[in-house]
Amino acid sequence: MTGAGSPGTMVPPVTQGGRPIAQVRSGPQRGRAPRPRVMIHLVILAMMAVWLLPTAGLLINSFRTAADSSATGWWTALLPPYQFTLDNYAAVLNQSGLADAFINSLFISIPATIIPVVVAAFAAYAFAWMDFPYKNALFVVVIGLLVIPLQLTLIPVLRLFATFGIAGEFLAVWLAHTGYGLPFALYLLRNYMGGLPKEVFESAAIDGASPATAFFRLALPMSVPAIASLAIFQFLWTWNDLLVSLIYIGFNIENQPLTLKVANLVNSQGGGIHLLTAAAFVTMILPLIVFFGLQRFFVRGITGGAVKG
Amino acid sequence: MSDLVMAAVVVVGIPAALVGYILGVEFVLRIFPQQRRSKVRPWLWILPAGLFVFVFLIYPAIGTLIDSFKDRRSEDFVGLANYEYVFTNRDVIGAIGNNVLWLILFTALTVGFGLAIAILLDRVRYESAAKSVVFLPMAISFVAAGVIWSVVYAYDPPGSSQTGPLNAIVTGLGGNPVSWLRNGSTGTYALIVIGVWMWTGFCMVILSAGLKGISVELLEAARVDGANEWHVFRHIILPLLMPTIAVVSTTMIIIALKAFDIVYVTTNGNFGTDVLANRMYNELFNFSQFGRAAAIAIVLMLAITPILVANVRRFREQEAIR
Repeated sequence: MTGAGSPGTMVPPVTQGGRPIAQVRSGPQRGRAPRPRVMIHLVILAMMAVWLLPTAGLLINSFRTAADSSATGWWTALLPPYQFTLDNYAAVLNQSGLADAFINSLFISIPATIIPVVVAAFAAYAFAWMDFPYKNALFVVVIGLLVIPLQLTLIPVLRLFATFGIAGEFLAVWLAHTGYGLPFALYLLRNYMGGLPKEVFESAAIDGASPATAFFRLALPMSVPAIASLAIFQFLWTWNDLLVSLIYIGFNIENQPLTLKVANLVNSQGGGIHLLTAAAFVTMILPLIVFFGLQRFFVRGITGGAVKG
Repeated sequence: MSDLVMAAVVVVGIPAALVGYILGVEFVLRIFPQQRRSKVRPWLWILPAGLFVFVFLIYPAIGTLIDSFKDRRSEDFVGLANYEYVFTNRDVIGAIGNNVLWLILFTALTVGFGLAIAILLDRVRYESAAKSVVFLPMAISFVAAGVIWSVVYAYDPPGSSQTGPLNAIVTGLGGNPVSWLRNGSTGTYALIVIGVWMWTGFCMVILSAGLKGISVELLEAARVDGANEWHVFRHIILPLLMPTIAVVSTTMIIIALKAFDIVYVTTNGNFGTDVLANRMYNELFNFSQFGRAAAIAIVLMLAITPILVANVRRFREQEAIR
């Protein structure tokens, strides 16, 4: 995930002739494509290998001794005698301060996920179900802001943070991530909430439910799939972000997240490849758990425009 | 202790404050007469989002535009001097050239591989497992990816045992090891490969969803009429996927233009691999040239503007259909 801008993308609804993708048959027999030949399997297998091996190499090197990983390639470790060690992880977590940085990453990412999602949900509900002047014009501005490069905002925002004395603090990063993540969050949630059945809100209003009640009791629970995808995205984006922390946390060592710490390790050549690989894997653990645990939501978030209803 | 306080703020305080805002708004609205409430309410509901967007996107964008016409400390106006620098300095021009290379190669390869993989995997039973493998790099940071690939590209002097798989293959075939990253002729390509490895999964997922949306009967009918697989792809799948391909491509173009992390972590722009976003960072923090940094940011924005216009146009069309 790039550090410059949320994964915001405007994907058209992926349907053909009004048929939602979920109902389309998938699998090997789709459209009676000819049975795959051996060649196809081999090509796919080779591709999978290319995609997996770099990560496998990192993982294996992170469990090898300094002497081993600087002398021979990681693939030699696949043959006996086996000499794996956990020393690299102990070293990066304690001496390099990655244990603290892990906590910092959590302190940054959790609020930087909750705030934009909730703030966007309020506004998305207003855009979807309330009437006010210039509504469409304002939303066009949001669409335009989807592609703004972060770089365009760095200097003035940094000055602003310096003026208020919060440069280097978590608060600065929370606020910045919220501002940067909002256009995509608003776009996604407004599209989803706009697709909810009108009758539900009408009958709630007739029954005397206030807009706040309709929002918390109806709109939010019904939008859980979209909110979940969005939250996973925003969490991974803020967890993996380098640029925003680099600029707004910078040299305040106490508050540096994992990505910043590891980037500094790389640049200072601090320790050999055995430490860097372990450090890199520490940054990857949580994203990988999120990825494997919540892959369905993750994919749904990517096909953004397609999640309508 | 301070960690515990922070944890409490993070997990309890912030959500409570956010929910409290809307409840507070509804409470305040009671002072308005019944008819006015529904006129005031929407503005209060979008107010927090509006404030964030204004303070962190709109106001700084305008500020950067103004700074780009000022000197290194943003004090006096210097006309177009910063833009002159951007378009005449050899290093910055080199960075622009690399961005163009990124734009063309990164976009073509991510979309091309994404489409090819989506179509190939559509025909096999282990589609979803294979997709996960290609998609996995999307979940990790560019920093981690930089370390992963520094192992792949590792270079050891000729004659010694190669610790990087790529150079092990090269020397195994009798060649001399190449310093892939620290070398003007391969550096940028090596970085683009890392980007492609990370973003192909994104293209694959979206294109695959588009592919599943193509009517099965249509493909069947074409095959019954004797169309071979190439014709089915060329005359049915490709035209129907075109809108999706266009959207995915614009997303990749934006990522190519904004490329930063991967360059910063691996080479920091040395060895002829610099790109605009990294150059801007260096102008800002290493050279203290605020005016030049701002001008580079504006140039990036101008490069992205056509996509912005296209997005707005597409949104208007979608709304018209609604």
